[in-house]
Amino acid sequence: MPDTIAVDVTRYRPDRDDRPTTQRYEIPLRKEWTVLDGLNYVKDRVDGTLSYRWSCRMGICGSCGMTIDGDPKLACETFLTDHRPGPVRVEPLHNFPVIRDLVVELTDFMAKLPRAKPWLVTDSDKPPPDAEYRQTPAEMDEYKQYSMCINCMLCYAACPVYGLERDFLGPALIALAQRYNLDSRDHGADERLEVVSAPEGVWDCTFVGECSRACPKGVDPAGAIQRYKVTAAKETLRSLLLPWGRR
Amino acid sequence: MTEYTGLYQRLYRTRVPILWWLRRRSYLAFVVRELSSVFVAWAVVFLLLLAHAVASGPRQYQSFLAWSAAPWVLTVNAVALALVVYHAVTWFNVAPQALVLRVRGRRVPARVVAGLHYGLWALVSAVVAWIVI
Repeated sequence: MPDTIAVDVTRYRPDRDDRPTTQRYEIPLRKEWTVLDGLNYVKDRVDGTLSYRWSCRMGICGSCGMTIDGDPKLACETFLTDHRPGPVRVEPLHNFPVIRDLVVELTDFMAKLPRAKPWLVTDSDKPPPDAEYRQTPAEMDEYKQYSMCINCMLCYAACPVYGLERDFLGPALIALAQRYNLDSRDHGADERLEVVSAPEGVWDCTFVGECSRACPKGVDPAGAIQRYKVTAAKETLRSLLLPWGRR
Repeated sequence: MTEYTGLYQRLYRTRVPILWWLRRRSYLAFVVRELSSVFVAWAVVFLLLLAHAVASGPRQYQSFLAWSAAPWVLTVNAVALALVVYHAVTWFNVAPQALVLRVRGRRVPARVVAGLHYGLWALVSAVVAWIVI
């Protein structure tokens, strides 16, 4: 095994660059090193001006999403040895404005997030219970998969629709809405329906399916969106056939 | 673009290139699936024309057959057949993602959902073939 590997990192320094450039770093190639370890090596030993986000190093925090050899990946879960002989191309996540180097601007997602009410909405007619909410394992299985989302934005980077339609709510947000809709303790499905079944909600999705392939936590946002399309269509039909009934 | 001052961010925004769908195989497969809808529509139109010709009597039917044998119609139909099959197969393969079925409280596995689609397809094709032939 060679001792080093080249990493081509996209650099963008807004104080001096008009457009991103690529900078090559030679780093030690170690069996247990991920791309994040390689970037940390560069930052500590070679070039302290390199900027990127990271925190947990174990695929939980969702901070280190980047485009590695063209694919949206978590840098902490991508091993350098899997990208031999190199050079490994490291770019910022696609579909987001770049603040600096590998750091992208996520305000668009943060601004849209509360619209889907990603929290347990209680039944306002009833007083809150004195004891804890009970839930069976089967009821938990309904939504558990969608609750694994770590907001790493890899699905947004993988989604060509999000790149073309800035208003699209996006995969993770709809999967999160579905996570609460399918929770037996939640009563907010009606409130979320208007937001998620809007044109910029599920109907912007054309089922490319790349979001589910990109997800490092096995959430399957594409599946969540298609299931929600069925729900939204049923609700529309019901409101047409039974206009006097409950919305 | 706002000047970089240390207070204002000077963001770099990329535009999605027109040929974005050539970037990945899966994007290309998706775009081909979407475009194949045009040929699905053509297949429907062709079937309606055939039904109309059959209903209009033997002479109309013969002239329809002659028109169908023209090289360009044959070519279009060959391409249409390939793309309609592609359309059906790619849709059946993703159907389990959208369809969550439960039997006695247990989720039906994805393979079974896809298998049912293919099975139904084969059955309907067999019935149509039996009627026509």
